[in-house]
Amino acid sequence: MFNVQDIRKDFPILSRKVNGKPLVYFDNAATSQTPQQVIDAIVDYYSNYNANIHRGVHTLSQEATDLYEQARHKIQAHFNAKFSHEIILTSGTTHSINLVANGFSALLKKGDEIIVSALEHHSNIVPWQMLCERTGGVLKVIPMNDHGELVMSDFDNLLSENTKLVFVNHISNALGTINPIEYIIEKAHQVGAAVLIDGAQSCPHIKPDVQALDVDFYVASAHKMCGPTGVGMLYGKESWLNKLPPYQGGGEMIAEVTFEKTTYADLPHKFEAGTPNIAGGIVFGAAIDYMNSIGFDAIAAYENDLLNYATEKLLEIDGLKIYGTSKNKTSVISFNLENIHPYDVGTILDKLGIAVRTGHHCAQPIMDFYCIPGTVRASFSFYNTKEEIDALVEGVKKAKMMLL
Amino acid sequence: MTIEDIQNEIIDEFSMFDDWEERYQYMIDLGKDLPLIDDQYKTDSNIIKGCQSKVWVHAEMKDNKIAFTADSDAIITKGIIAILIRTFSDQHPKDIIDADTDFIDKIGLKEHLSPTRANGLVSMVKQLKMYAIAYQTQLN
Repeated sequence: MFNVQDIRKDFPILSRKVNGKPLVYFDNAATSQTPQQVIDAIVDYYSNYNANIHRGVHTLSQEATDLYEQARHKIQAHFNAKFSHEIILTSGTTHSINLVANGFSALLKKGDEIIVSALEHHSNIVPWQMLCERTGGVLKVIPMNDHGELVMSDFDNLLSENTKLVFVNHISNALGTINPIEYIIEKAHQVGAAVLIDGAQSCPHIKPDVQALDVDFYVASAHKMCGPTGVGMLYGKESWLNKLPPYQGGGEMIAEVTFEKTTYADLPHKFEAGTPNIAGGIVFGAAIDYMNSIGFDAIAAYENDLLNYATEKLLEIDGLKIYGTSKNKTSVISFNLENIHPYDVGTILDKLGIAVRTGHHCAQPIMDFYCIPGTVRASFSFYNTKEEIDALVEGVKKAKMMLL
Repeated sequence: MTIEDIQNEIIDEFSMFDDWEERYQYMIDLGKDLPLIDDQYKTDSNIIKGCQSKVWVHAEMKDNKIAFTADSDAIITKGIIAILIRTFSDQHPKDIIDADTDFIDKIGLKEHLSPTRANGLVSMVKQLKMYAIAYQTQLN
């Protein structure tokens, strides 16, 4: 049974104080906190298994290799990939996206089109701009409406035989909107385009099934799913990963090297040059185990409850406006108080021990759309409570009183 | 008054407050009282980079002293820049260049000194001193 008080005991950081007040951590969309089980896995790896992998004949290296490959299998199972070699371990979502963008620079020609959405994080815009600069490709943008939803009729019109790749986040980091990726994938495939979905914000809340989605590429970061920083994954369909050239040269990614010619290793190693983040990869597996032990259905139900509660309570504050009002959204609330800068609100909340994010959330085009400098963003996780939301609401009221 | 005198005066004022709330309230009030900058100076070239909120600073030389005016779209940031301007305005460039800013720590606003801090207090001090260096060069 889902019991938030029991779950909170797993997270040592939740009992610390900030500025003399109990920490209320509502910056989960930036990074999630780490349960003891995951911390233990880090300690266990360095205490008992630390060795370089895939090369050593000695036992320690074999054991570390087994753990690393087991983690890959766990990730495969979690995302329901067909093969474990379709899971490439990377340093995180940004690395995964750049890997695909770099690969497509070999496949694109002048006039080919890439479609991204207006809801993207900067790291989802810049690699494609760079790719278009290199290849003469054209970047097209799916617009959004006032609710922070993508306009699908405009997407339909953007698609053509020139479309080679569609790139959309599963969930918007700035607004929390859940995008209709099933529709996007189906439509993109009808014109022969590949689809890359950024799951950085979705994987902490839902368990995507890459085969059911029929998605070509799906990327995520461990640190947003109770795992460590500096590790993430790229899922790619085998056929696509075979088509893309290697990203970086180095150890692990080669089959044979002479000065005349190098042949590349098979998947997944072709894309994993150099010594990988071994501890990170193994612990990513432990984080997935932890989240599955809570259960994604329970997580989604509970977080939805928190979202509804917080939305209702915050809207009771006069002059508070929420940005991102799609019916289909996750537990992220982006808001502003009338005539008050989000930075000021964030500063007062911090003095009260409440961690929120302020600013443009690396999504300036969204802020430009609403003509605002930024928002205050509170993002909730399954270990947060309604009492903490009450503290946030009181904090916002206090900030309003002090700042107006 | 010298820069040091002004800083001591500010330290005295802040020492009356018992907790962060009173300190911040005072700083917010200082921000509200900051004389308005002439709109013609609220240009992109006068924006201090490195702040999450926008901060505009304008400097003018009068009788070998620099007069600063400033504004911000965030009120706490405006309070911080108001404190800095009170310290540095109507002072000789050389005195501004030589001044230290330890008083920020002494008035209980140490957290704003961290370079990771999005309000860019460090950037503000740097920008004010850059103006002083520029005007000092003219004087030499």
